[in-house]
Amino acid sequence: MKPKQYKSGIKPIWCPGCGHYSVLNAITKAFAAEELAPENCVLVSGIGCSSRLPAYVHSYGFHGVHGRALPIATGLKVARPDLNVVALGGDGDGLSIGGNHFIHACRRNVNMVYIIMDNEVYGMTKGQTSPTTPEDWDHSKLTPHGTDVPAIQPCSLALSAGASFIARAHSGDANRIAQILIDAMHHPGFAFIHVLSQCITFCPEQSHWKKIIQVREEVTDDPQQAAQFLQGDNGFSVGVFYRNPRPVWPHPSQIDKEINLRQGFQHSI
Amino acid sequence: MKTITIAMVGSGGTGVVALGDMLLQLAAGKGLFGIMRKTFSPQIRGGESASIVRLSAEPVASFDGCIDLLLILDWNNFQRFSDEIVITENTLVVQDAQAGQAPELDALNSPLQVDFSGMADSLGSSYANAAALGYLSAWMQLDSARLLSVLSQRLHLSEQDAEVVYQVAQQGSKAYANSPLSLTPLTNTQSHDSYWLATGNQMAGLGALEAGVRFVAAYPITPASDALEWIAGRIEQIGGHLVQAEDELAAVNMAIGASYGGVPAFTATSGPGLALMSESMGLAVASETPLVILDVMRGGPSTGIPTKSEQSDFNLALYGLHGDAPHIVLSPLSIPDCCNTVAWAVRLASELQTLVVVLSDQFLGQSAQIFPPIAETQHQAHLLKADLSTANEGEDGFNRYIDTESGVSPMALPGQAGGEYTADGLEHTENAIPSPRVQDHSKQLDKRLRKLRNHQYGDQWCATKPACEGSAGCLLLCWGSLYESACEAQQLLQERGHSVDVMGVRLLSPLPLEELNKQLKQYSSVVVVEQNHQGQFFHYLRSLGLETNALHCFAQPGPGLLSPTTMANKCEEVMVNEA
Repeated sequence: MKPKQYKSGIKPIWCPGCGHYSVLNAITKAFAAEELAPENCVLVSGIGCSSRLPAYVHSYGFHGVHGRALPIATGLKVARPDLNVVALGGDGDGLSIGGNHFIHACRRNVNMVYIIMDNEVYGMTKGQTSPTTPEDWDHSKLTPHGTDVPAIQPCSLALSAGASFIARAHSGDANRIAQILIDAMHHPGFAFIHVLSQCITFCPEQSHWKKIIQVREEVTDDPQQAAQFLQGDNGFSVGVFYRNPRPVWPHPSQIDKEINLRQGFQHSI
Repeated sequence: MKTITIAMVGSGGTGVVALGDMLLQLAAGKGLFGIMRKTFSPQIRGGESASIVRLSAEPVASFDGCIDLLLILDWNNFQRFSDEIVITENTLVVQDAQAGQAPELDALNSPLQVDFSGMADSLGSSYANAAALGYLSAWMQLDSARLLSVLSQRLHLSEQDAEVVYQVAQQGSKAYANSPLSLTPLTNTQSHDSYWLATGNQMAGLGALEAGVRFVAAYPITPASDALEWIAGRIEQIGGHLVQAEDELAAVNMAIGASYGGVPAFTATSGPGLALMSESMGLAVASETPLVILDVMRGGPSTGIPTKSEQSDFNLALYGLHGDAPHIVLSPLSIPDCCNTVAWAVRLASELQTLVVVLSDQFLGQSAQIFPPIAETQHQAHLLKADLSTANEGEDGFNRYIDTESGVSPMALPGQAGGEYTADGLEHTENAIPSPRVQDHSKQLDKRLRKLRNHQYGDQWCATKPACEGSAGCLLLCWGSLYESACEAQQLLQERGHSVDVMGVRLLSPLPLEELNKQLKQYSSVVVVEQNHQGQFFHYLRSLGLETNALHCFAQPGPGLLSPTTMANKCEEVMVNEA
């Protein structure tokens, strides 16, 4: 199948110039390159502009409630390990309302991919600040003086929470996103991709991102080295930063064909 | 029916719950029936703790509120039980010599002192409860040969320790000769050769697994955790999984995710957890994903009384969802019925692709009961799967939410080619495309309501127990854990010369109105009894526009026992007023 055959034909609700188109294209490219059967792929999302994406792909999908993409994806993958499960959503969905699930998904290491399409803003509710908004950004009516709170660093957070694959990409380069997604899908365990995905409607200044993006081809399996790199990073490096496979959860369990669930209850006199 | 009720009281850590468990096991081995409830403070060590065992030669599933024998290992904090363990001048009292000072209570008989702690001490053991068990076994002439195995299993003892603790128990047995009780023990009259011993939470777990649940998401909460703990370790052996979630929001969504993948899924919680889950309960309804949630209710609101029983989540379970979100609410009517009702919930959730909330409570969930063996339920998860060989896939994609006569649409599962669709909490068209249009919304709302309304639930929507003699003018109407107590109230009323019928409602929503009306019309008074403050079930019944105007509300909040005597008195009062 060609990439465009993985499109569902539903027209996205996104604004012209939205970075999310690029992520959509990257997903269809990666699925085509890997020759994945659409019926074996499931895209799971929460709420927000980016979370609309599953309906635009010709595969199975689940568009859940705000912040809960990862639990739905976790339940699905644990119950159906045969499926290729990709969870995705925005920075508000994954780092604010769903922040707790992000931490625990990183440490649980279920074999799936999670893409945060980070535009540093709540687009769907018209431009409020998110956990990744720069602290001096004062364009929101809700926080007219800026957030006054430092932004979350998603990749550092993922590393400290125990993610075994961490990468960043930029919506200006769909081919790189596709390549990283392919790597992530091959990674056994929880693979996190942080995509800088511009929202030129509410943050037109983000169109400058493409000028400051730097490709860093320095993947490591050493968490200390990765931490050092991420601490010094300005947030605009792209590439796979960390890859350190460890046992995938759940560990295989023994099926006991002889088990009698009623045994403990039944007694003779 | 002759019964004996024994209350064993200590502080947390003295082992009175283990003592109650072991006494129940030994009594069961002798052919007796019985039930044990536990009551304790949320403090794990050092708080007050009690187990209350009621025994009989016939099956017994409720408590009458009387205490025949009070066994005290520690008097400290006993006063906190004054509402729950009511002693009268007929209550015999036995206390450990080191139990401390007995409180000054009018009805308190002077306690018989037995040095259980001293017996344990003399053998270098801390298990004074074993000495107490030996003492009670001697009184009840229980099978002393089983003492050793019961002690070592329940107290998780090594072979060496078990031998010592067994000697402690034997000391207790010997001590009975010097301190006998003036209470005739029960003899078994029933001849049966096997029995079951289980809690409602365990029965709920069994019902879930037997009906096909293969995915469980769990977040610990009192008093639901032990249902999840029973499943853990077993579900993996039958090819399923249990995930401990990071919170209830995750737990409910994990279950939805697994269920979307075609694997029957279940979670259990209590009031605060159910409140957290309520947003995603609406997601299960809107996306038509099967989901079963067991709510083991405790005192509320907020953290409330976490370790004790109340039926006060009725409104939350029925009305807690935003939007028009029809779903099913069931309640098990006894400890063994937890198995049947949860299995039925699993079946209904999958057959109707909807949410089913099962309202159990701390009493049903954590009380242990000896009962006759139960057969496997006939309930199995059964999804209406899409048959994609017949080119169901239209040009606009698979019609996941096609408007059928029954309201149930065939469900495609990931892995099925041609069935690709995106399940959604957004309102959608028949082919699962998000749509804010009036006609799509009303079509899907109608469909989701119709599939529940049109379903034939059969006669297990309720259980009824007609009066033994005469035609009854009064109905005692209840749900959940009060059913067995109501049946005992019926007996008490019979003894007082009143005929009363009893009905326990298992299918709380949607109620089969025609059936209910037909039944209720026969009575000149219907006493609706429930264990909450505001009469939540009563007000729900009133809202349905029933054809009877004979409903009387009798609502009493937890956590005290709503005893059969209290119910009987209320019915009598209503009947006298009617006359």
